[in-house]
Amino acid sequence: MTISIDPQKTNNESLQPKGWLRYFSFSLDHKVIGIQYLVCGFLFYLIGGTLASAIRIELASPMSDFMPRDVYNQVLTLHGTIMIFLWIVPVVNGAFGNYLIPFYVGARDMAFPRLNAVAFWLIPPSGLMLVASYFVDGAAQAGWTAYPPLSITTPQSGQIIWILSVLLLGGSSIFGGINFIATIIKLRRPGLKLMQLPMYCWAMLGTSLLVVLSTPVLAGTLILLSFDIIANTGFFNPVLGGNVVVYQHLFWFYSHPAVYIMVLPAFGLVSEILPVHARKPLFGYTTMVFSIMGIVVLGLVVWAHHMFTSGTPPWMRLFFTIATAFIAVPTGIKFFNWVATLWGGKISINSAMLFSCGFIINFVFGGITGVALAQVPFDIHVHDTYFVVAHFHYIVYGGTVFIIFSSIYHWFPKVTGKMLNEKLGILHFIITFIGFNLCFAPQHWLGLNGMPRRVAEYDPQFQFVNQISSLGALLMAISTIPFLINVFLSVRNGKDAGDNPWNALTPEWLTSSPPPVENWEGEAPLVEEPYGYGKEISELK
Amino acid sequence: MTTLDSSKEIQNNNSEATETHEDFRMFGLITFLIADGMTFAGFFAAYLTYKAVNPLPDGAIYELELPIPTLNTILLLVSSATFHKAGKALLKDKNSDSQKWLFFTAFLGIIFLICQLFEYFHLPFGLTDNLFASTFYALTGFHGLHVTLGTLMILIIAWQSRINGGRLTSQNMFPLEAVELYWHFVDGIWVVLFIILYLL
Repeated sequence: MTISIDPQKTNNESLQPKGWLRYFSFSLDHKVIGIQYLVCGFLFYLIGGTLASAIRIELASPMSDFMPRDVYNQVLTLHGTIMIFLWIVPVVNGAFGNYLIPFYVGARDMAFPRLNAVAFWLIPPSGLMLVASYFVDGAAQAGWTAYPPLSITTPQSGQIIWILSVLLLGGSSIFGGINFIATIIKLRRPGLKLMQLPMYCWAMLGTSLLVVLSTPVLAGTLILLSFDIIANTGFFNPVLGGNVVVYQHLFWFYSHPAVYIMVLPAFGLVSEILPVHARKPLFGYTTMVFSIMGIVVLGLVVWAHHMFTSGTPPWMRLFFTIATAFIAVPTGIKFFNWVATLWGGKISINSAMLFSCGFIINFVFGGITGVALAQVPFDIHVHDTYFVVAHFHYIVYGGTVFIIFSSIYHWFPKVTGKMLNEKLGILHFIITFIGFNLCFAPQHWLGLNGMPRRVAEYDPQFQFVNQISSLGALLMAISTIPFLINVFLSVRNGKDAGDNPWNALTPEWLTSSPPPVENWEGEAPLVEEPYGYGKEISELK
Repeated sequence: MTTLDSSKEIQNNNSEATETHEDFRMFGLITFLIADGMTFAGFFAAYLTYKAVNPLPDGAIYELELPIPTLNTILLLVSSATFHKAGKALLKDKNSDSQKWLFFTAFLGIIFLICQLFEYFHLPFGLTDNLFASTFYALTGFHGLHVTLGTLMILIIAWQSRINGGRLTSQNMFPLEAVELYWHFVDGIWVVLFIILYLL
């Protein structure tokens, strides 16, 4: 059975608000929804960043003097939860996915536009609820992992609001995942083969598979946890005969894939950005596709490497160490492919390229410490120390957030029709890169010397290194200023971008900037070689 | 449910068609059901781990009787068949037959829920008595929620298949097919649940 749609009617223009107002409406246009995700996520990034600054101010001195200890716990819990569930996951999946995927598959919108809008509008209320829980009776204090029995014994109202909020965000994520899978598999333009899709489509397909397979398990786990808190059951409460390790298994069955949910889309985005600014085809397209799928499969069977100190039996330690080491193989293949893409290219040094190169450098560090942490003898010593904090910030900030900024510099001309200021952009990159490394590189040393994470006080011998780290955090906070100035100035009176300022070949650049409501004036173009740089234009047709 | 909503829009524009694409609503529903199945998989994994690792404390009571759940299994399996009958009847444009079969399916679903509640009231343990009691109520309760939603959806499409003005016809089978798939899914989960909770 086939369905007919009238492109003029699916997004009835006369019914939708125009101008700025449409970003506050229940719009069904995938481009509007993408921008809604991005701006909403960025506002939560500012809140999460403020909380991070509070943490670093507290840690500038060994004593707990800036805020009480329980408030410190609330701040670090909110910081982690906001950054993961309200900034990185929605932006790197929802924002760029919604904006780009319909262009890449040659469609006029996502497969289920209304479900798409529902998925977005679940985010602001749950985020506000989470932030507001601080003012109710104190926010959750058990960290973003909410491990019982801690999450059962700390004040309950904040924890329950936290669970409700994460459940809603998980629902949003699942709806988004269903939409992406259906769009990529079923909504491709006739004649467009799977192996001709831009790499970001493959990354989003893999990510969405992980979302659909693992997020429901987290939802079920949190429902059981809320029973423990509200109804006094004993699923995870050892006093009542429950088992805390079962919670950890179920939680990490989602939350390890969540790392790939945050990082695979970034892998896809960098694969779009590098070829354009290096003027070379993406190196090793097929191996890239297979490594993404390899990461998806392996990513589902490595979760217990977060639990090596939870009384894990030896066979489990062995299996999960080996499986984790295997993930380094597809990831390594992707890195060599990116470096090979840059090799011998006509590289333009602009903000998008700089942030992408910053990503490659940072992520190599994060990847190496990741392989190190997968080794049981090493992990037992640095578990729950600042070494782990340094490792995952190198992955999620040095990796994904750098790519989010790179993508903003790359696609801003398409979204607004204006160029961003390059000087301010390069300034933004330099401050971010120095600030980030100054903040997190010393934390490796702190962790190796035994400074525990999630504690407001520490041994005075670590004070100097902690102050260096706090100085880095200050630079990171400052780096947001040139970025915001840049965006506001460029939206108002930036240089006109034209339709294709980068001379890129992927489909979103073949329409006007900003694109019309239905993406293309006529039929969607068939792009068989999205990375055919270095060839004559006539050869491509 | 939301996937059904987005389809309404597509259907309304059927008359002035300028572009066509494949119907992927069922594909979206199947993806959703896989996600839903993973929630149950998480619960089952937790239950089986408890069974393997956590012994029942001394004096704790956790005993299940087989007759009612066996009856419930039969009820759900028969309801899957009657739902299938409803679809067949609608395909032959026998709307009133289809409606009768749908009401009968919903009736079986309601009987299932009543039996389930009867079992709850007669079990010798409560929600917070011990770990296995809690897991039992969480699993059967979560499944019961699915049966409740399914029964409501069946009643809605039974209303929609009325002869005058109903929007469920042999030309527009999707609502029935979607609910049918969901219902078979819920039945399948029950069979797994019956084996794991009652027979193992």
